[in-house]
Amino acid sequence: MAEQRTAPERTTNTGPGRVLVVVYLLFAVAATSRAGVQIATKFHEAPLAYLLSALAAVVYIVATVGLARDGAFGRRLAVICCTVELIGVLAVGAASVLAPDAFPHETVWSGFGRGYGYVPLVLPVIGLYWLRRTARPA
Amino acid sequence: MERDEPVNGPLATLTIVASLVLAAWALVAAVRKRPPDRSHLVGLAVLGLIVVALTVAAGVAIAGGERPASMATFVGYLVTIVCLPPLGAVLARMEPTRWGSVIVTVVCLVVPVLVLRLEQTWSTVSSG
Repeated sequence: MAEQRTAPERTTNTGPGRVLVVVYLLFAVAATSRAGVQIATKFHEAPLAYLLSALAAVVYIVATVGLARDGAFGRRLAVICCTVELIGVLAVGAASVLAPDAFPHETVWSGFGRGYGYVPLVLPVIGLYWLRRTARPA
Repeated sequence: MERDEPVNGPLATLTIVASLVLAAWALVAAVRKRPPDRSHLVGLAVLGLIVVALTVAAGVAIAGGERPASMATFVGYLVTIVCLPPLGAVLARMEPTRWGSVIVTVVCLVVPVLVLRLEQTWSTVSSG
C-alpha cells in the first residue's frame, strides 16, 4: 500500500476512505446474513421484503468492492451502488412509514434504517460525497 | 458462569466493557491524530481472546443440549464477533494514520451491538 501523505487524497480506499470501506463491509456482512437467514427460514412469509433484503445485501457487497478497488471501474460501481442505496433507503423508508401494513417485515432499509441507527440513510450520502471529493481532475 | 444463558452472563458484560474501553482509547488516538499503536493491537488481541472465551461458553452450552431461539442467526452473530478483532488489527496495520485509529473505534463499537443482539437471539423467539 503506497501512502501519499502530502498530496490530497485521490483514492477511495485509503485514509478516511478505508474507514468507509470497513463500514460498508460490516453492512455487507449484516445485510447478507440477514437476507440469508430470512430467505432460508421464512421466505414464503414475505417474498418481496426478503428479496429486497437480498438486493440491499448485493448493493452493499458491490459498493464495498467498488470502493476498495478504486480505479475508474470501481468508482463507477460505487457511484451506482451508493445511488441505488440512497434511492432504496428513501423509497423503502417512506413506504414502511406511510404504509406500514404493506411492509410488516423488517428489512435493512425499513424506517430509513432505524434498526441500524440510521446508518443506512447516512452511508450513501457520505459515500457519494467521498467519491466526489476524491474524484480525479478530468 | 450462568448455566441457563451463557451469552447473558459476566463474560458478555466483560466483552462489552472491554470493547467500549478500547473504542474510547482508540478514539483518543484518533482525536490526537495518532495512528493505532502497540497498546491498541494488544487491546484487540485481549478482546479477541475474550470473544473466543464467549464463543467457547456458548459452544459448551449448546453441546450441553441448550438451544438459542434461532440457531442460524446465533451462529452468524458469533462468527462475525470472532472475526471482528482480527479484522480491526489487520486494518489498523494497513492504515497507519489517524484513520486506522478510527477503524479500531468503529470495530470496537460494533462488537457490543453484536453481543446485545447475541443475547436477544439466545433468549427470544422473535427475530427480524
